Amino acid sequence: MLTRQILFGLFAALLLAALPSTAKARDKLPVVATFSILGDLVSNVGGDRVAVKSLVGPNGDAHVYSPSPADARTLADAKLIVTNGLGFEGWLTRLVKSSNSKARNVVASKGVKPRKLAGKHAHDHGHGPSDGDPHAWQSVANAKTYVANIRDGLIAADPAGKAVYEANAAAYLDKLEALDREIRETIAKIPPERRRIITTHDAFGYFSDAYGVEFVAPQGVSTESEASARDVARIITQIKKQKIPAVFLENISNPRLLKQIADETGAKVGGTLYSDALTDEKGPAPTYIDLIRHNIRTLSAALQS
Amino acid sequence: MLYDTLIAPFAEFDFMRRALVGVMALALGAGPIGVFLMLRRMSLVGDAMAHAVLPGAAIGFLISGLNIFAMTAGGLIAGFVVALLAGLVARSTELKEDASLAVFFLISLAVGVTIISVRGTNIDLLHFLFGSVLALDNQTLILIAINATATLFGLAIIYRPLVLECVDPLYLRSVSKAGGPAHLIFLALLVINLVSGFHALGTLLAVGIMMVPAAIGRFWARDVTPMIVVAVLAGMLSGYAGLLLSFHTAAPAGPAVILIAGILYAISLLFGSVGGLVRQLFPGRHLEA
Repeated sequence: MLTRQILFGLFAALLLAALPSTAKARDKLPVVATFSILGDLVSNVGGDRVAVKSLVGPNGDAHVYSPSPADARTLADAKLIVTNGLGFEGWLTRLVKSSNSKARNVVASKGVKPRKLAGKHAHDHGHGPSDGDPHAWQSVANAKTYVANIRDGLIAADPAGKAVYEANAAAYLDKLEALDREIRETIAKIPPERRRIITTHDAFGYFSDAYGVEFVAPQGVSTESEASARDVARIITQIKKQKIPAVFLENISNPRLLKQIADETGAKVGGTLYSDALTDEKGPAPTYIDLIRHNIRTLSAALQS
Repeated sequence: MLYDTLIAPFAEFDFMRRALVGVMALALGAGPIGVFLMLRRMSLVGDAMAHAVLPGAAIGFLISGLNIFAMTAGGLIAGFVVALLAGLVARSTELKEDASLAVFFLISLAVGVTIISVRGTNIDLLHFLFGSVLALDNQTLILIAINATATLFGLAIIYRPLVLECVDPLYLRSVSKAGGPAHLIFLALLVINLVSGFHALGTLLAVGIMMVPAAIGRFWARDVTPMIVVAVLAGMLSGYAGLLLSFHTAAPAGPAVILIAGILYAISLLFGSVGGLVRQLFPGRHLEA
């Protein structure tokens, strides 16, 4: 008898424990972000009211991503889809169509002044022909635009949460403002002639424009094209000629090629800069702010010495 | 002028010298392997094996990142498993060796791609499929050199049974039991050469530096030994000219090497002294006497 009572008690306790959480999960607004950085921005603005899913997870490369059927299901369930725009997610349009999703679409980069892609790789970079450089989030000022767009999108999809979203967004925008100041202060400490680095992936155009650090890339804007001997030779000549102090690895490109270049020129391998993807929890860049902060610290450590 | 075009790139840039050493060592090992594959009508087996190696290398990559020794060891194991299973099935059932190999390599390839993408990262898959001859570090160069050396020594040891098995396997079986072990050693050498090729040319083109020079050799020699010599020289020439092509025209380096080999093949096909098309149309005068 006693055991049965205990069992009943346990069962009831389980039910009680399970009920509120499922109810809460059902109430949350299902939002899909195309990649991890957007996902982080959305969850900062949405807070507890939204359940965010990033299609391309941490450390994934959105340029060469191929969607799975599970992604189509996620999209079909979503109320709001947040995309970067600027041609970054070429694979998404068809996926949205095929998943029959009725969700609203927020283009986070709306209102950002697109950077023109420069150089010979512009024709084969895999984004649409008329699009600019899609990596707009590398400038914190643009990230603020992203946050505003996301906030407006969330309010449109879930008017009841207006106050929450506005408060969250305002708090987060303050943090971004502080981050922006931090970057400028750090850069100011680096001598101007040393503000020049090489990195594998030409994703830092906006960062470069905003903060005055020159980035030179051995490959084009996309990670898709393979470097030729001529490209590598040019980079090496350039490093030697311009006395570029540091080369940087990234989490999504061929690290061996860069090491090779560093060995040959004597430039310093400055660590890893993160561009298109957050790391997982254990990595140095699990959120957008961490990512930018990590990048700026890595940069200044390599360039100051 | 000639110096600027042909030699200066290598004199000036360390990475070009490394790439050159890499493809030379690769050609040295891959040439003879390719010739034997061709003579044993296993030309496409190289391609199949290249894909079979993928899951092993992928597991090696997952365990220890871009550590080439782990990837090589994993690749060797996967290649062996596939080769042995395919041989076993072929010997004990009705299925022929090519069919069972096809089955096993496809399964293996699927496992490899799954392993890489389940991990949530497709980051290095592309670099894995298109290795870069321009990014050979010391470790990789040493690995390629070790593989080439092992290949040459290994082939020297099993040369006689291997040649006999190409020409007359039944006779070999009647006089010696060396055929089986020789075959296995040969497969092992094939796999280590493929792994070498991965680092320089990627999985898709690793077989290219093996088979195309071998086919070129076939048009210039009747005997095995000169055929191997021609194949090795053709491989080296393709490597050198391919790197120059990539340097001067911005073509990606790996494909450039194989393209040059393809051009050499076309020339050999037309003008080769053994069975070349032109030679067939206009037989030499000495045959008329």
